Amino acid sequence: MDDLLVSLVGATLRVATPLIFATLGELFCERAGILNLGIEGIMFLGAFAGFTAASLTGSLWLGLIGAIISGMLAGLLLSLFAVRLGVNQHVSGLGITLLATALSLFLFRVIFKENQNLPSVVPFKQLDIFTNNPILHEIFSQYLLTYIAIAIIPVVWFIIFRTNYGLKIRSVGDNPEATDAAGINVYRLRTSALVIGGALMAIGGAFLSIAQLGKFTFGIIEGRGWVCIALIIFGNWQPIKVLWGALLFGGVQALQSRLQITGIKLPYELFLALPYIVTILALTLAGRNASYPAALLKPYRRE
Amino acid sequence: MLAVEMKGINKTFGLVKANQDVHFCLEQGEIHALLGENGAGKTTLMRILYGLYKADDGEIFINGQKVAISSPKEAIGAGVGMVTQHFTLVPTLTVAENIVLGYTSGLLLSHKDIEKSVADASEKYGVDVDPSAIVKNLSVGERQRVEILKALYRNARILIMDEPTAVLVPQEVDVLFESLTRLVKAGLSVIFISHKLIEVMAVCDRITVLRDGKITSTVKKSDTNQIELAKMMVGRETFGIKRQPSKTIGNAIYELSGITLEGKHGRKILDGISFSVATSEILGIAGVSGNGQGELTHVLTGLLKPTSGSIKIDGKEISLLSPGEISDAGVGRTPEDRHEGTIGDLTVSENLALENLTDFTKNGFVDQKKINESAKEKIKEFQIKASPNDQLRKLSGGNMQKVVLARALSRKPKVLIASQPTRGLDVGATEYVRKRLLEEKERGTAIVLLSEDLDEVLALADRIAVIYEGCIKGIVPAAEATPEKIGLLMAGAS
Amino acid sequence: MVKFKIERAAAPFWTKTLIPIVAVLVTFLITSILIIIAKANPFAAYYHLLIEPLSSRFSLLEVLVKSTPLILTGIAVAVAFTSGYFNIGAEGQLYAGAIAAAWVGSTFVNLPAIVVIPLMMILGFLAGIIWALIPALLKIKLKVDEVVTTLLMNSIMVYVVSWLLNGVWRNPETGAQQSPEFFEAARYVKLAARSRLHLGLIVALVVVAIVYILIKKTPLGLKMRAIGASKVGAQFAGINVNRTMLIAALVSGGIAGLAGVGEIAGIHYHLINELSNGYGYTGIIAATLGGLNPIGVLVAALFIGLIGTGSLNVSMALRVPVYLGDIVQSTLLLVTLAMLLLQNYRIKRI
Repeated sequence: MDDLLVSLVGATLRVATPLIFATLGELFCERAGILNLGIEGIMFLGAFAGFTAASLTGSLWLGLIGAIISGMLAGLLLSLFAVRLGVNQHVSGLGITLLATALSLFLFRVIFKENQNLPSVVPFKQLDIFTNNPILHEIFSQYLLTYIAIAIIPVVWFIIFRTNYGLKIRSVGDNPEATDAAGINVYRLRTSALVIGGALMAIGGAFLSIAQLGKFTFGIIEGRGWVCIALIIFGNWQPIKVLWGALLFGGVQALQSRLQITGIKLPYELFLALPYIVTILALTLAGRNASYPAALLKPYRRE
Repeated sequence: MLAVEMKGINKTFGLVKANQDVHFCLEQGEIHALLGENGAGKTTLMRILYGLYKADDGEIFINGQKVAISSPKEAIGAGVGMVTQHFTLVPTLTVAENIVLGYTSGLLLSHKDIEKSVADASEKYGVDVDPSAIVKNLSVGERQRVEILKALYRNARILIMDEPTAVLVPQEVDVLFESLTRLVKAGLSVIFISHKLIEVMAVCDRITVLRDGKITSTVKKSDTNQIELAKMMVGRETFGIKRQPSKTIGNAIYELSGITLEGKHGRKILDGISFSVATSEILGIAGVSGNGQGELTHVLTGLLKPTSGSIKIDGKEISLLSPGEISDAGVGRTPEDRHEGTIGDLTVSENLALENLTDFTKNGFVDQKKINESAKEKIKEFQIKASPNDQLRKLSGGNMQKVVLARALSRKPKVLIASQPTRGLDVGATEYVRKRLLEEKERGTAIVLLSEDLDEVLALADRIAVIYEGCIKGIVPAAEATPEKIGLLMAGAS
Repeated sequence: MVKFKIERAAAPFWTKTLIPIVAVLVTFLITSILIIIAKANPFAAYYHLLIEPLSSRFSLLEVLVKSTPLILTGIAVAVAFTSGYFNIGAEGQLYAGAIAAAWVGSTFVNLPAIVVIPLMMILGFLAGIIWALIPALLKIKLKVDEVVTTLLMNSIMVYVVSWLLNGVWRNPETGAQQSPEFFEAARYVKLAARSRLHLGLIVALVVVAIVYILIKKTPLGLKMRAIGASKVGAQFAGINVNRTMLIAALVSGGIAGLAGVGEIAGIHYHLINELSNGYGYTGIIAATLGGLNPIGVLVAALFIGLIGTGSLNVSMALRVPVYLGDIVQSTLLLVTLAMLLLQNYRIKRI
């Protein structure tokens, strides 16, 4: 039982890592007033770009940079549609997801041909610390990226609540007219949020391919992007609460795979569906009074 | 030296001359009122000063220096601040965050620093705000103070206030006037746009009256009184035309009693409105915009439900019915904003038929032939320059308004709510609509005419009700309407 | 010197017909770049993508097979979008219909086809409605944004299907994750020999016709169009906005459910996890490309089906990855969106 618990904690942190990155990315976008439904596709793109860059250059860190660049470009593209042109955010976001996914699959095939064995890279190693204490060793032998993810959370909080840039982001997500009247360029501000958000989402995806798996598989993201949308509502658009949501979901996923091994038959699908169900309940209870950034989903066009 | 001098300002929008050769001066340290009814040009003039519009001709001098202002940012740079009825505040941020928004430098946001900075400004200017309060939780009066402090924080030496008391309750008005008086003693110069005589006489030093884009006169408060000002504000030839009282007016058929609409924080947007209209009678509701006409229209047309009170047509209570049910009860309605009351993407004939689709339904299907025929009839009758299958958004304003009117009259209503029926229309369309209203009146329809165009009310109404701050200040028979009477009512005197 | 300025104005009338054509051309231009990267000739690629599928009987029928679910999801989404209700949940509603069909198709062994097939369709339609109900009610009663809620329902459905296939519907002998096989009578009749074309296509075409008549020719359809164009304008005209939107949302869910029924009863004959290849989302593409007009959606769905079939050809003939089809679809969507917006502007000489 002890073993189960210890390995569970370790696994939770691992599973939560991509969620933390991607959710923080989406948080930036939504705080600025854009519902970025491209998240699923951008994570996928990040996983692909990270893996490919790592594979071609032989350097994992270059792979990470490749992922970041791809995420930024995707954010820029969405910005062109949803911010600059003012196109319907849902449909353009979904369009980005579909395009980014298709593009990744296409380019993967072009670059790596139809190999019998899936190409792989030697992934990031997990840190090997606390070697004398088996419990601490299990829990804290995480990837560097995991520690970065956790460390980034207070950084994101700081940026949003304690910098002038964050003030402007919060302002434009709540009342773009007032922000415009204060002489701030609404389009540029929202674009920057989408670019940063895209980069973070891509890192989340890249974690899966160049840290956890060492491969790029077609089901690598599998709906994690949509979970992040739920986690943000769950966490009321606050970075710290997002962490708890991600850990909770990560924990449930980790629990599920462990229980399967031990043969305990619980309807684990129920647990996996829980974040979504709870989010719908949260939306029901809060109604329109949820702390939605008030300008979420409304394209801003100065008349 | 004059704080502001605007010389020879001309501004035309399309066919409308909003400002004609306007000369306006603001002295240092005075509160100067800009008085006038709707469309007089006061807001246009101030928007030019604040850089939201660019004058066609004319020059602006601030503190003796010629300036070219083409954006609010430049206006602020020249020391001009403006507080309007629509606050540009971000509700979820704190007062301090709102005030410094756009004026921050560097990377970090220290709440301690900005709150201290705002607290210092608050004390320096004597404008009382709580820097750490979240704007969402503030009352309207408190929010207005934040807007004022925002302007002062940006070193405004000239403050334009556009109808500042429109959204305040009486106690907040007193606080506002106190603040302004104090600020002016400390060197601020204020331009106070208003149509409310009591307030203007209470707090302003000099008054400039605008009418039809031109300045009527500029006077010192001590040299004038409310009656004189009222005459200056609304005096026109149309008052002189005596119309015979209509002989055919019948019995009261449409009655409002105690209609009240409460808004946020218990503020009464409409306060105990009562009037009645008889068959073959036009009741005109005059008033400066912003006094509740829009909300009253929404209540009469069913888009808003009143908090209390009753509306009866032929004795039947309809105040809480839906728009469709009100229409069924025999009330024809035109919207205040024709774009809100019509559907641009649909065709002319679809728009015309939309209110009573059951008449145009055969065997569960839309009877397209009947809709088109009916549309063709209306097009001919109302002289609408369009074909039945034209998309409504392609029509000119005048033709759109005719469609709106045609639809409102299509069920031969007993009562017609005509709201701003000729707003934005050219001369020809305006004449047609007014003629039509008079024809409906002869036919026996009781008409409630809400119009910001005083000329229109004077021309058409049998009785004139004046709405001010959500109340009906008085109802005057047309034959007895004089500039003093109507002007005083419109400006809040009794 | 002649100067131009861009202003907001109703665009000249010919833009409406021109937009799809220009959008397709622009898309092909962009995707040519990728084809070249894949070391193939764009013209050859487009031949395999668009022309070749139409050149053989089997291939042509395959295009129809691939288009069938898309026609239904496209119409489902179009019905909702027309009324201003953004139903992103067609994917989940599709599976709901499939679950209902899977139950009927493996349970009522003794009933004849003439009873089972309509029963399956009705229950599938109802299942789609049920799955669409919660987001619709939340929107109408509490003004909760339907985009997020319908999306969440999609994710929940994934787990519902997985739970069913892992538990009650797991094949006890093989352990495979699929529901019991459909009995003969419950299977959609095949429409053509030596092909996968099935009754589902007829169902889809009938739905297109019904929806077309509904939207263009009935009072309900007019009300739906009114609400989608201007909610306040519709309200002013006396339309019961809430009730009409609810109907639109539920009908949309039901039609998506029928798509699920078709995929099971026509092709797979049992429920599997990968029943839908994102048909619910592709339906959004079809609806947008088709301008929300039922006939337009039909054409768009057929076009997407064509591309889907063609991309297999392209991959086999030119070694260009089969995902070219998905790229063409999504690029076409984005380009169309941009063009639809640009039609609100006009270049004027000043």
